[in-house]
Amino acid sequence: MIPFGQVTGVAAPMMAPNVDTDVIMPKMFLKGVDRSGLGEGAFNLLRFSGGKPNADFILNREGYRDANFLVVGPNFGCGSSREHAVWGLQQLGIRALIGTSFAGIFNDNCANNGLLTISLDADVVAELARVVADSSRNDVTIDLAAQSVRFDRGRRSIGFDIEPDRKEAFLTGRDFIASTLVFADDIRAFEARHRAENPWIV
Amino acid sequence: MAARTLYDKLVDTHVVRNLDDSGLVLLYVDRTVLNEYTSPQAFAGLRAAGRKVWNPKAALMVVDHVNPTAAQRTRAMPDRGAARQVDYFAENARDFGIEYFDILDPRQGIEHVVAPEQGLVMPGMVIAAGDSHSTAYGAFGALGYGIGTSDIEHYLATSTVRYRRLKTMRIHLTGEAPLGVTPKDIVMEVIRRIGADGATGYAVEFSGPVVSNMSVEGRIVISIMIVEAGARGVVIAPDQKVLDYLKGRPRAPKGEMWEQAARSWLILASDPDARFDREIALEVSEVAPLVTWGTSPDQAIAVTETIPDPGQQAAPEREAAARRALDYMGLTPGLPIQSVPIDFAFIGSCTNARIEDLRDAAEIFRGRRVADGVRAIVVPGSTQVRAQAEAEGLAKMFTEAGVEWRQSGCSMCLAMNDDVLKPGQRCASSTNRNFEGRQGPGARTHLMSPAMVAAAAVTGRITDVRSLLAGARQ
Repeated sequence: MIPFGQVTGVAAPMMAPNVDTDVIMPKMFLKGVDRSGLGEGAFNLLRFSGGKPNADFILNREGYRDANFLVVGPNFGCGSSREHAVWGLQQLGIRALIGTSFAGIFNDNCANNGLLTISLDADVVAELARVVADSSRNDVTIDLAAQSVRFDRGRRSIGFDIEPDRKEAFLTGRDFIASTLVFADDIRAFEARHRAENPWIV
Repeated sequence: MAARTLYDKLVDTHVVRNLDDSGLVLLYVDRTVLNEYTSPQAFAGLRAAGRKVWNPKAALMVVDHVNPTAAQRTRAMPDRGAARQVDYFAENARDFGIEYFDILDPRQGIEHVVAPEQGLVMPGMVIAAGDSHSTAYGAFGALGYGIGTSDIEHYLATSTVRYRRLKTMRIHLTGEAPLGVTPKDIVMEVIRRIGADGATGYAVEFSGPVVSNMSVEGRIVISIMIVEAGARGVVIAPDQKVLDYLKGRPRAPKGEMWEQAARSWLILASDPDARFDREIALEVSEVAPLVTWGTSPDQAIAVTETIPDPGQQAAPEREAAARRALDYMGLTPGLPIQSVPIDFAFIGSCTNARIEDLRDAAEIFRGRRVADGVRAIVVPGSTQVRAQAEAEGLAKMFTEAGVEWRQSGCSMCLAMNDDVLKPGQRCASSTNRNFEGRQGPGARTHLMSPAMVAAAAVTGRITDVRSLLAGARQ
């Protein structure tokens, strides 16, 4: 996964509730066997209509084209388990999502790839969205080590919670499989006991 | 020991070790099912790192998402992308030694239909798979949940996942469902009440007399669909019905092993005084057949109601979302949902394409014709369901009514194959997602039960199925 330390960039507000993974990554982009071409797919049906950029869509608007963060509505990433949605957001340049709640599988997919999800109270998210909606004030710095989001030209700062293990993984870009395989003997021992107790499980 | 929920017990019996002090554990997963579109990058990752699959016998590979459903089935895939995915899938099965049901295998079908059918899903198991509808397996007293591709890769390499315990929610269902009200309607009612994020962060246990009286297939429907409220895992305590379903299935234990397994399965349940983080109760006798009007599964109304006014939504973002949904769906507030005409009727998907669903639909189609201007297709959940429906005479009722009778697959649930709606086309659908663009760019989806889809197909508009049921026709 991609390590995440301190990142400064533009935040785009996208406050609709229940933005699903079909919208984030439409099915036409799911026919690959690798991760290529997903940047084009991200929000494709919102970003383009008739092959042309849709001027209303936030990521096509002046000041938000190179956004690094999205400030999002509740339950972002609901629906299909497709991790292509996360890969596509990353290929679009998105490094973190700030919202109130993220759908479960999507949230895990983000964590496994180094796309930071920050959950804050609804009023804080709404305030942040209001500030960054003014394109002259849409600079944001996320400092993971300090667990802070600075915005409004550095005038304001809010803290966020993250589980220690997840923070460590983001900071180091850890290979989770390698970390788990350190416990291979534990897995084997578990497996032997589990199969003795449940011999019908192959 | 303190009273525990069934969910806690299933997690406890699968913890390999704790990873930190805050509840992150290494969780052993008993089984997975792989499909051709969420697995390729996981196998590519294993190949790149030179890793093997920890326990190839614990996985099954089934083609279901991209395959065509044309009545004459061949191995040919219609487009290059699908062909590449299926070729790579077969190559991975071969190279990593995993059992594979290809498109012509008589056991092929949608993964969540096939795994139970084969007897691969047993009480007490933990099953995680690369599809959000893997909550299906909760119907058997297993913990079932969906994972992404990175977690598939992690599972394949280690037989475990990194897992944080969820909060627990019990959904207690009492009363008696009225005529024409199906498990689909009951779970849609729960979702519209608690919202599309109402169960986010929770593992859900369904309980109560309605669940006890429900068939295993009905339990699969509610277990699958509650993921649309954000549930990240489902459990239902196993009972004799689950045992009856499993007995004699190809992979179920036999003989003395069966007796031993059955004894251990029947004691799996939440302790009577176990506490849940959230409790929901629903009395089902007042539930009516439901239909979605918007683009989120919680935007639903009873078929007797009118399209709601977005202005009545509490939060401004919800109001904006409702307005956008109505605009996308081409509907206006105050319109009776039963006045809405349809272009297409789809019966299929892991939610509603099992034999009971097809029987419900056939009951409505019997002796009737699909309305002029409507195209209706039935895509059975598995090749085995297809064969059974033919043996029971259901297929004949479909074709005599003018319904297309197809081969099995996910088909128009997510439209990754060639079954795709055109922009603006309106579909009565037995699936569980009505997202923007889900059934094709610009396509309009109304979720409902299979019988409701059949009713819409024969009248050409969204219709209260109760007016077409034998008992209601006076």
